[in-house]
Amino acid sequence: MSDTPKIRLRGLTKAFGSKVVLDGVDLDIRARHSMVILGGSGSGKSVTLKCILGLITPDAGTIEIDGQDVARMSRREREALNDRIGMLFQNGALFDSLPVWENVCFKLLAQRRISRRAARDKAAEVLAQVGLAASVGDLSPAELSGGMQKRVGLARAIAAEPDIIFFDEPTTGLDPIMGAVIDGLIVDCVEKLGATAVSITHDMASARRIGDDAAMIHKGRIVWRGGAANLGETGNAMVDQFARGEREGPIQMELRK
Amino acid sequence: MDRTLDLTAALGRVVIGFLRSVGAIAIFAAEAISHLVRPPFHGRLFLKAFIEIAWFSLPVVALTAVFTGMVLALQSYTGFSRFNAEGAVANVVVLSITRELGPVLAGLMVAGRIGAAFAAEIGTMRVTDQIDALSTLSTNPMKYLVTPRILAGTLALPLLVVVADILGVMGGWLIGTQQLGFASGAYLKSTFDFLHAADVISGLIKAAVFGFVITLMGCWAGYQSGGGAQGVGRATTSAVVASSILILALDYILTAILFAR
Ligand SMILES: Nc1ncnc2c1ncn2[C@@H]1O[C@H](COP(=O)(O)OP(=O)(O)OP(=O)(O)O)[C@@H](O)[C@H]1O
Ligand SMILES: [Mg+2]
Repeated sequence: MSDTPKIRLRGLTKAFGSKVVLDGVDLDIRARHSMVILGGSGSGKSVTLKCILGLITPDAGTIEIDGQDVARMSRREREALNDRIGMLFQNGALFDSLPVWENVCFKLLAQRRISRRAARDKAAEVLAQVGLAASVGDLSPAELSGGMQKRVGLARAIAAEPDIIFFDEPTTGLDPIMGAVIDGLIVDCVEKLGATAVSITHDMASARRIGDDAAMIHKGRIVWRGGAANLGETGNAMVDQFARGEREGPIQMELRK
Repeated sequence: MDRTLDLTAALGRVVIGFLRSVGAIAIFAAEAISHLVRPPFHGRLFLKAFIEIAWFSLPVVALTAVFTGMVLALQSYTGFSRFNAEGAVANVVVLSITRELGPVLAGLMVAGRIGAAFAAEIGTMRVTDQIDALSTLSTNPMKYLVTPRILAGTLALPLLVVVADILGVMGGWLIGTQQLGFASGAYLKSTFDFLHAADVISGLIKAAVFGFVITLMGCWAGYQSGGGAQGVGRATTSAVVASSILILALDYILTAILFAR
């Protein structure tokens, strides 16, 4: 069973109105490995993650997690599955009615794995991992800078030590050093906790650091997949253009001249 | 010919759209209610919503009730004095307040405050992915956001109406004794002599229904909203408009049912 992918997407299709966003996405994500998904802005990366999480229902195609078709799961099974998944949303999606520490430990509290008293200490511990002082725990999310919000979102995603973690642009909006720290944290999640990580990123240095595998999505399909280590010299014209950030190449931005 | 067809088609679309919304709201309500009996329960959130509705609506509901009682006393005195029935003023005040105006006015005030607040709050959570985040954090968003609010609304409104009833009668008594020359004891005696328990209870039942509808429509509008800040604005407006209209329509229906002969 060791070669069953952790997550297996087949023919995933989703349109919003007449706009086709996903047009048959096929992707295997290996267990206990880190997958990086690349792709232009608006190419459907976030939608793919939301489909896997069950937040968006695809129009067609199958999603299997641990070999189980999620569409056939009962509500209880789905909830049990989500208990093991962590997600960092692109915009943070912090609960602004709750202080930071409660945000961070929200899942642990919801699952009653921790008392409210212990949650404050736990929050301080996880906040330290993302480079934030314990005092940040008492602030409200509205009082944080964008990069701090992102890191709190990250802390919230990993606090319950999930089995599968999705990171939607984990380092966007962070300074380079903090970005490297967060990359290290993601690598630790995979190597030390044995989690399966799926990250969306536009930052190639970061993609190389955190990824074992990489896949590129373009026009609703996976156009390439391979190792993340040599992004930029993959031999695939599209991926190399994207990784090097070149204007000329097979990917044409739809700009009006 | 073509034009009549167009018209029929347009009308059909409106009717179908309306029925579809009614169905969707009914399913939404049923799901929210089903969480009342399925643990875990979010008592803390219920309490927060209850205080928000009952305590913070108190000033506006109280003011509305006092002034309404005062106006009722003045107006009915003018009317009844034309056929020498001034003695009925106290009765008219207490019956109007307990049966109709208490629940309806409190309902409309709360619809403006709470319906809008809930729609804006939940709508903002929707457009910033916070509702999606809840389901990735082992929390059912309906159970967490909607059920406690609807329960709080259904229980808080009757409480507010009890206060409105008392203050409304007080307003009438104030005008009756200070301006219209009634003796205090006589005014109060005729207030309570003709008051039946059914008058008060029917008003409280109405209040519970209104509280349910206000919070349901607020949560529904917020939950469905999309399209950024503008979408949240639309959700807020539609929550207040829909619940205000529903309060007036349901008031008629409930009156017809509760006092059917
Ligand atoms: N709820 C929605 N309703 C309608 N259209 C949507 C919705 N969510 C996403 N889309 C559309 O789907 C497309 C893909 O969106 P998605 O958020 O997945 O992009 P992305 O690849 O994550 O881009 P970025 O790198 O900019 O975050 C976009 O064109 C967007 O307009
Ligand atoms: Mg995105």
